[in-house]
Amino acid sequence: MTFIVKPRLHHPNLPKNRLGFTHRDYEGSVSTLCAGCGHDSISGSIIQACFELDLEPHRIAKLSGIGCSSKTPTYFLGASHGFNTVHGRMPSVLTGANLANRELIYLGVSGDGDSASIGLGQFAHAIRRGVNMVYIVENNGVYGLTKGQFSATADRGSRSKKGQVNHDAPIDLVAMALQLGASFVARSFSGDKTQLTPLIKAALLHKGSAFIDVISPCVAFNNHPGSTKSFDYVREHNEAVNRLDVIEPRVPIAIDQEPGTVELVTQHDGSVLRLRKVEAHYDPSDRVHALAYLQERHAEGEIVTGLLYVEPDAEEMHDYLGTVDRPLNQLGDGELVPGAAALQALNASLR
Amino acid sequence: MPDGETPAPLHAVNDFVVKFANVNGSGSASANGLFAKAIIRMGVPVAARNIFPSNIQGLPTWYEVRVSEEGRLGRRGGVDLMVAMNPQTWAQDIASIEPGGYLLYDSTRPTPPHLAREDITVIGAPLTAICNEHYSDPRQRQLFKNIIYLGVLSALLEIEPEVIETLLAELFKGKDKLIAPNVEALHMGRDYAARNLRPIGLKVRRADQVGDRIYIDGNAAAALGAVYGGATVAAWYPITPSTSLAEAFARWCKRYRTDPASGKARYAIVQAEDEIASIGIVLGAGWNGARAFTCTSGPGISLMQEFIGLSYFAEVPAVIFDVQRGGPSTGMPTRTQQSDVMLAAYASHGDTKHVLLFPEDPRECFEFGALAFDLADRLQTTIFVMLDLDIGMNDWLCRPFAWDDDKKLDRGKVMTAKELDAAKEFGRYLDVDGDGIPYRTLPGTHPSKGGYFTRGTSRDRYARYTEEGGAYVDNMQRLLRKFETAAQLVPPPVRRDCGRPGADGVIYFGSTAPAMDEALDALAAEQTPLDALRVRAFPFSEEVYDFVRAHERVFVVEQNRDAQFRSLLINEGGIDPQKLVPVLHYDGTPITGRFITSQISALTRARRPQRHAAE
Repeated sequence: MTFIVKPRLHHPNLPKNRLGFTHRDYEGSVSTLCAGCGHDSISGSIIQACFELDLEPHRIAKLSGIGCSSKTPTYFLGASHGFNTVHGRMPSVLTGANLANRELIYLGVSGDGDSASIGLGQFAHAIRRGVNMVYIVENNGVYGLTKGQFSATADRGSRSKKGQVNHDAPIDLVAMALQLGASFVARSFSGDKTQLTPLIKAALLHKGSAFIDVISPCVAFNNHPGSTKSFDYVREHNEAVNRLDVIEPRVPIAIDQEPGTVELVTQHDGSVLRLRKVEAHYDPSDRVHALAYLQERHAEGEIVTGLLYVEPDAEEMHDYLGTVDRPLNQLGDGELVPGAAALQALNASLR
Repeated sequence: MPDGETPAPLHAVNDFVVKFANVNGSGSASANGLFAKAIIRMGVPVAARNIFPSNIQGLPTWYEVRVSEEGRLGRRGGVDLMVAMNPQTWAQDIASIEPGGYLLYDSTRPTPPHLAREDITVIGAPLTAICNEHYSDPRQRQLFKNIIYLGVLSALLEIEPEVIETLLAELFKGKDKLIAPNVEALHMGRDYAARNLRPIGLKVRRADQVGDRIYIDGNAAAALGAVYGGATVAAWYPITPSTSLAEAFARWCKRYRTDPASGKARYAIVQAEDEIASIGIVLGAGWNGARAFTCTSGPGISLMQEFIGLSYFAEVPAVIFDVQRGGPSTGMPTRTQQSDVMLAAYASHGDTKHVLLFPEDPRECFEFGALAFDLADRLQTTIFVMLDLDIGMNDWLCRPFAWDDDKKLDRGKVMTAKELDAAKEFGRYLDVDGDGIPYRTLPGTHPSKGGYFTRGTSRDRYARYTEEGGAYVDNMQRLLRKFETAAQLVPPPVRRDCGRPGADGVIYFGSTAPAMDEALDALAAEQTPLDALRVRAFPFSEEVYDFVRAHERVFVVEQNRDAQFRSLLINEGGIDPQKLVPVLHYDGTPITGRFITSQISALTRARRPQRHAAE
């Protein structure tokens, strides 16, 4: 299997965004994942979100670990730099990249094997550190690339394609992200593009650690009866708390007020998140309530989706470290090297 | 000397070894440090070494000070004056004193008679009693006891008290009220010695042999090198003996890298969750164009293996300071070794090899610490700076730091937006210049040119995904060419010939240098002169192989069990193993001149009669 170039045929009437880019300019090479894979829908949502937000593709850095999900950055944003790192270690590489240049947008793509098993530590610590990023886990509850082993997000009692039952308790990355201090936490479903695309847009505009867990059924190994990550199961048990519209700062804000059902959240860059609430009592600014709600619904066998928590004025790692505004990778010799005179003075103090 | 006769007490001026036996956590370190520094201030070179446990309080710790007007800075071996302040180690401490040597002990309580030695001079000072009489606070009793024995020693060895008083004033600058009580304690010790103790045969005399040398530990020097080398991102995980390197980097950065206008940091330091994350952060930063490093020791290098391989294959700059120590777990890890040579040289899975730099002292820790970042950017790979505990954690007297302000940081082959516009094409892994080093771009540089996807191995010259065998081989061959280029860029070896035709050779590296210098002189004096080559980097340059070719037999001196450096020479140079004779020291203490001399002497003697027989 080698690289497949996508034909660069542009339909002359393709709609363009404010930068003059078409949808095609945000695509990557042809996906080599299985036909119908949920991950491809997520790639589609990422492309759509970046197109709609008028982001310059080269200002986005996309990083991933190892696994089916981690292969996907090849299939979107072909003009962006990408880094396919090692298994479970995308968060540290992304952290380093972010330290080097705080001005780019960092998109980390991982899977449930990559983030909930081998990379659980790095997932946790990157979130703790408040790295300014969008961290998407394409969660199918199964190891696809090695053909069907359970992952750590598989529910207790769920059955593998071969009929084995998973006895281990599941790790809920959304609950962990909430507990670890992520300032934007959402869950969605690859089969629900209308919910997912605005969530990705909102996360891209968010300053701080934004985490999105996307249930993404594996058509090859985890889409059978007995799986709790199949299309049918997720559709039947999906409990959306809200539906999101993202209004960018440059768009005049004129929103129909629908008291009791709509909540507006203004992020640090002025973008407004318009939450159409399905669950009337849900408050996305309450971390403790979000955790409790998540667990209550889980006990009822429901998968809660939507924007679960957002802290619109969050601080991020560079605020904590007090780094200069200019990216560290752009500092010149004069700002970095103290020079011979400083060394002479230092020598004198070491005698 | 006939049996039973007591040897004469040792007499020496500016040439002896004092060893302090303490309990760790008792506050002895600053008193012992003052002792060493006072002698340096009197113009007499000193080499001081801590031998400490993996513990915070209560275990034995030693501080060994070699006083040498001649400038011998390696560990000599043997003790001329033992300051025995730890009852737990009495037996071994007293046994280690040279015949004719001296023992200073706290005579408040009687010592066990079975430990007495007839052939040494025993000097008792009731330190605890003096302290109990003057101080009521237990902590003060403990801390001032150290300054009191410093006072006793200064009187016995004739160290100028004014020098110590000046040092105390410098030490407690800003906490001035501590100066007077310390000076008082110092004089309590001096007065006791003057009234009650007889002079001894060891003396310090003012000399002028220190020159402009500075006194600093290798970890602080390497961290300063990282500042001068333009490092902006450091990620690390605490591990002895490298922790103080990260801490020093934070100190230097605060001093030299705080933006004067905004007060903000021109650096970022992350204490990561483990060594894997540390090196991951370094790779992410290096990929994105910031100079980044981590510092660790052998166990950390073990954990970093996968990422080091990624750095090699994906061609991402990284710098690792490896402060080497004894093996895993705790205990020996607070002792020194050069036992990560193979681990670092061939780190990771797949066909990989890496650039290693071997500094001999803090001055080279600084130089190589800065150079490593230029090399990493130039070669787009991991550069190891191989310190060890002896260089890293001990203060060494070394040449002062120097910097050429005309020197520019070498950022390597990074294409700007303008260059991308002017270029015909961009191929991330194309060998445009024939040196095996491709051009790279940084994320965010150009809206439409130079973007590429970084992977380990499965890619062609244009960074496109492929699993095709020919493309893999093509890439691996280019990486070999790059490694050949590296051999020409690293610091060349330092050769010192004895001038005698037919002499054997000796190869050594790193912290062995001062002991080796001394051994070379001693061996020359006993008619075994050697040509010596101090190797400063891997890959080995042609000069290293020329040296081996030019000698019939070459000793390879190193501080590990398995002759790792020798293996590296054999493996990379295709050298006949018979030709390279290992000389190995690996008990965790720094190698001594005496050890090298006796080993090489014995090997030479063993060979001489054999030669006769053959002739």
